[in-house]
Amino acid sequence: MIQLPEINLGGILPALVLSLAGIFAMLVCLFMRKGAVPAAAIISLAGILVAGAANSHLRFLNEQAFSGLISLDAYTWFFNLLILIAAGMTVLTSVKYLTDDELDLSESFVLLLFSSAGMMFMVSGNHLLTIFIGLETLSISIYVLAGILPANLKSKEAALKYLLLGAFSSAIFLYGAALLYGSAGSLGLPELSKYFQSGKIGQMAYIGMGMLLVGFAFKVAAVPFHMWTPDVYEGAPSPLTGFMSVGVKAAAFAAFVRVFFESLISIQVSWVDILWVLAVLTMILGNLAAIVQDNIKRMLAYSSIAHAGYILIGMIAGQEAGTSGILYYLLAYTFTNLGAFGVVALVGRKGEANVYLDDYRGLSRTNPLLALAMSIFLFSLAGIPPTAGFVGKFTIFSAAIKQGYIWLVVIGALTSAASVFYYFRVVMKMYMESPEAEPAKLQFGPAMLLALTIAASVVLYIGIFPTNYLNLAAQSVKPLF
Amino acid sequence: MENASFPLLSLITFIPLIGAILLLFLNRESKELLRWVALIFMLADFVVSVAALGWFNTSSPNMQLVENRVWVADWGISYKLGIDGISLFLVLLSTLLGPIVVLASWKDIQTRVKEFLISLLILQVGMIGVFVSLDLFLFYVFWEVMLIPMYLLIGVWGNPARRLYAAIKFVLYTIVGSLLMLVAILALYFMAGKSTGTYTFDLLKLYDFAVPLKAQFWMFLAFFLAFAIKVPMFPFHTWLPDAHTEAPTVGSVVLAAVLLKMGTYGFIRFAIPLFPNAAADATWWICLLAVIGVIYGAWVAMVQVDVKRLVAFSSVSHLGFVMLGMFAFTSQGVEGSILQMINHGLSTGALFLIVGMIYERRHTRLIAEFGGLSKVMPLFAVFFMIFTLSSIGLPGLNGFVGEFLILLGTFKVYPVYAVLAASGVIFAAVYMLWMFQRVMFGKVTNPKNLGLPDLCAREVLVLMPILVFVVWIGVYPNTFLQPMAAPVKKFLSHVETKKTAVLNMEKAKKQTNVGQAEVAVTSLPVENRR
Repeated sequence: MIQLPEINLGGILPALVLSLAGIFAMLVCLFMRKGAVPAAAIISLAGILVAGAANSHLRFLNEQAFSGLISLDAYTWFFNLLILIAAGMTVLTSVKYLTDDELDLSESFVLLLFSSAGMMFMVSGNHLLTIFIGLETLSISIYVLAGILPANLKSKEAALKYLLLGAFSSAIFLYGAALLYGSAGSLGLPELSKYFQSGKIGQMAYIGMGMLLVGFAFKVAAVPFHMWTPDVYEGAPSPLTGFMSVGVKAAAFAAFVRVFFESLISIQVSWVDILWVLAVLTMILGNLAAIVQDNIKRMLAYSSIAHAGYILIGMIAGQEAGTSGILYYLLAYTFTNLGAFGVVALVGRKGEANVYLDDYRGLSRTNPLLALAMSIFLFSLAGIPPTAGFVGKFTIFSAAIKQGYIWLVVIGALTSAASVFYYFRVVMKMYMESPEAEPAKLQFGPAMLLALTIAASVVLYIGIFPTNYLNLAAQSVKPLF
Repeated sequence: MENASFPLLSLITFIPLIGAILLLFLNRESKELLRWVALIFMLADFVVSVAALGWFNTSSPNMQLVENRVWVADWGISYKLGIDGISLFLVLLSTLLGPIVVLASWKDIQTRVKEFLISLLILQVGMIGVFVSLDLFLFYVFWEVMLIPMYLLIGVWGNPARRLYAAIKFVLYTIVGSLLMLVAILALYFMAGKSTGTYTFDLLKLYDFAVPLKAQFWMFLAFFLAFAIKVPMFPFHTWLPDAHTEAPTVGSVVLAAVLLKMGTYGFIRFAIPLFPNAAADATWWICLLAVIGVIYGAWVAMVQVDVKRLVAFSSVSHLGFVMLGMFAFTSQGVEGSILQMINHGLSTGALFLIVGMIYERRHTRLIAEFGGLSKVMPLFAVFFMIFTLSSIGLPGLNGFVGEFLILLGTFKVYPVYAVLAASGVIFAAVYMLWMFQRVMFGKVTNPKNLGLPDLCAREVLVLMPILVFVVWIGVYPNTFLQPMAAPVKKFLSHVETKKTAVLNMEKAKKQTNVGQAEVAVTSLPVENRR
């Protein structure tokens, strides 16, 4: 008779709730002809709220469930929350997008919920297999989401590219995991940790570690594994691009940090230099390539690559300061980037016709509030105080300087000075240039208005009063150390 | 009153912000109302800042009206404000110019009045904040906050032809410097924290921390870059003529009068007291750059055909004096330097206002377009003459006192530099008077100039307060020099004691162990250093 492991449904309740809400939404969509989009949106939002409530108890736990497959701790709690925020905001920003374009794509909410559930498994994974399954669940949903726009070639191209490259990266990740299993005899993070502490580490394990690193670098879009990002971001529907840039990045970094700081910390010297090179390449290439873009989605894609570089600085700095810096940074980045992509979705209008920088000309005249919100997001991305983005950069830079990585931070500072150029260029278009034809007055719709208001206020609020959120991030990384 | 029982400085800093928030909710069409609201808030700010003098002890060398609140406790970031005799007048200069620039823009700015006034008010918050903050983090936040409204002022309301170029150039120059400064601030924070045990961004506590020589060099370099770009010192000045020429009148006034002072103030408040040895070692070079700036600025100003560009280059020259006096490290030099910051703010601010008034009438600033204006606009001519003479440094007006003190203070230590810089005064007379002659005297050659109206009451109201101070400082500078004396003395003695303390520390280190000293110098784990 097979011994069943202890089942702790309470621990995975948030992901369960999301999955159930997804299935329910799918059924509802199936039987509703009209109004499926709002119905699915409401179901999704309700599911996200319930999942948020179910998530709250994880904060005070510090245990493992399902025979060590899953960690239930403050770290999981923090990232679950982040994923729920990202999903919730994305639902709010996509409603108008979908109804405006008369796209009956209510299934995009379903996929959104499933991918969020996958992300939750990924961030809570205490075992490389759990992480891999989470990764695949989220990726497959996202592949479909990237190509969900019917009769849009760019969208299809994006999906195919993402699928192919994503499959490669997954395979590399899995290969790395297999090599680690061969060396350590287990895929559990605590067992791996023991193995790497033992001092008798084989060549194979190092190769496995390197392949894991490549797999993660793919998902967080670090140079030179970033190639898919601009195309996918350009082709995917704008609100969902926001979700990809934030959710996938957060989940991937969460697992990346957990694996490397829980299991591989004892061989830190062997991966920290690789990360150093990756971070520098990512910051330089991301920022320089963003300068020459004329499509705002591609620009934000390269900007998100650049931000991965800054977050990598946090990993290099390591310790509690660096990792909690990553958490705060991702929190700031979530609100900022979702806000920015919300604006992009709104300005893009029907069929994403207006996604070029020039389409932002004169926006401040016809839509002053929208332009103001976009400016706040852009300033935050550029790291100008008093926004959350500034505090994020500040925490990460300070953690790195504390560890003596002065030159890395100098490179970070100079590249983020370069980034000011392209972020401010959008502000320039909005406020200082006038278009040939007066841009239309855009209707927000209540959901979008709510989302943008939340995003802009949070970006300012946690930028001016960061204390509680910095503490939150610091508490959430405690389980790793 | 060392510690404030009432948050007076916060009030001064944030009154304009309240105004800006209020403006957000007003109808953009009622332009007059918007202007009045902005004016009232700027005036209120000025009144409060003057009232603050009542609690200010002018003979104390210490920080006064200090407010200290915890901001981010774990990081040692505090919301700490305070002023002394050095920052006092810069704050007053900012608040004095606040209402003046709103008045000056009354007719000039007709498009997007609401956004314009909001930018102006937020800019005011940033500028005052820089002058009153005593916490490096807080200082940095204000320093950057002021960037965005200035960017908008140049980019939105600037001269259509090249405003975008000028705006982004201004931002990029500034941000490169300030981000490197941020790195240095963080490095200083951790170094001080590691060796003293308390991690803090509190400026006054960091003053007492002796930074090892090698680290001082790099940190000073980063701070130097940030401030030298802002001042701007030769050869970092190239953004200035563009920014000035393209900015609207009011933008130029604020830029010249207050923003540039953030750079010079940065040196005296942050860079020099924190890293005195590095500053002392760099003195020769900085003075050289300052003298080059004085002469180069004057020469380039001489050949300008555009009045505004001429005034812009004269700024480069004048700011060279300020830097020279400061790095003489004598009490006359430093006092003269601080006074000259105020003087430059008043005279150059006024000159930009004058240029703006003439531009509003003729929509050109080319010297060749004018001539004989004194006959058409006698009242205008009087104001223009006085501010020109004040900029040249005619005895009896403000510029003379500052330049005289600077030259006196510099001559004691660097006679050659003093002599060279003194030639700048002569060149200033040449380019300013020559320009004045071509614009104002002679016959009216251009018929377009015949019917120009003289100054209106509003314009007189704009220039009058500046005129009062120009004469006041010129005739009785003691009102202004007296409050500076004690803090300047403290500044100089602080620099001296800290310099020797660092040298002794280095000596002690060398005697103990060379290897250990190397680690301590950077206080960073060597294997991690990149």
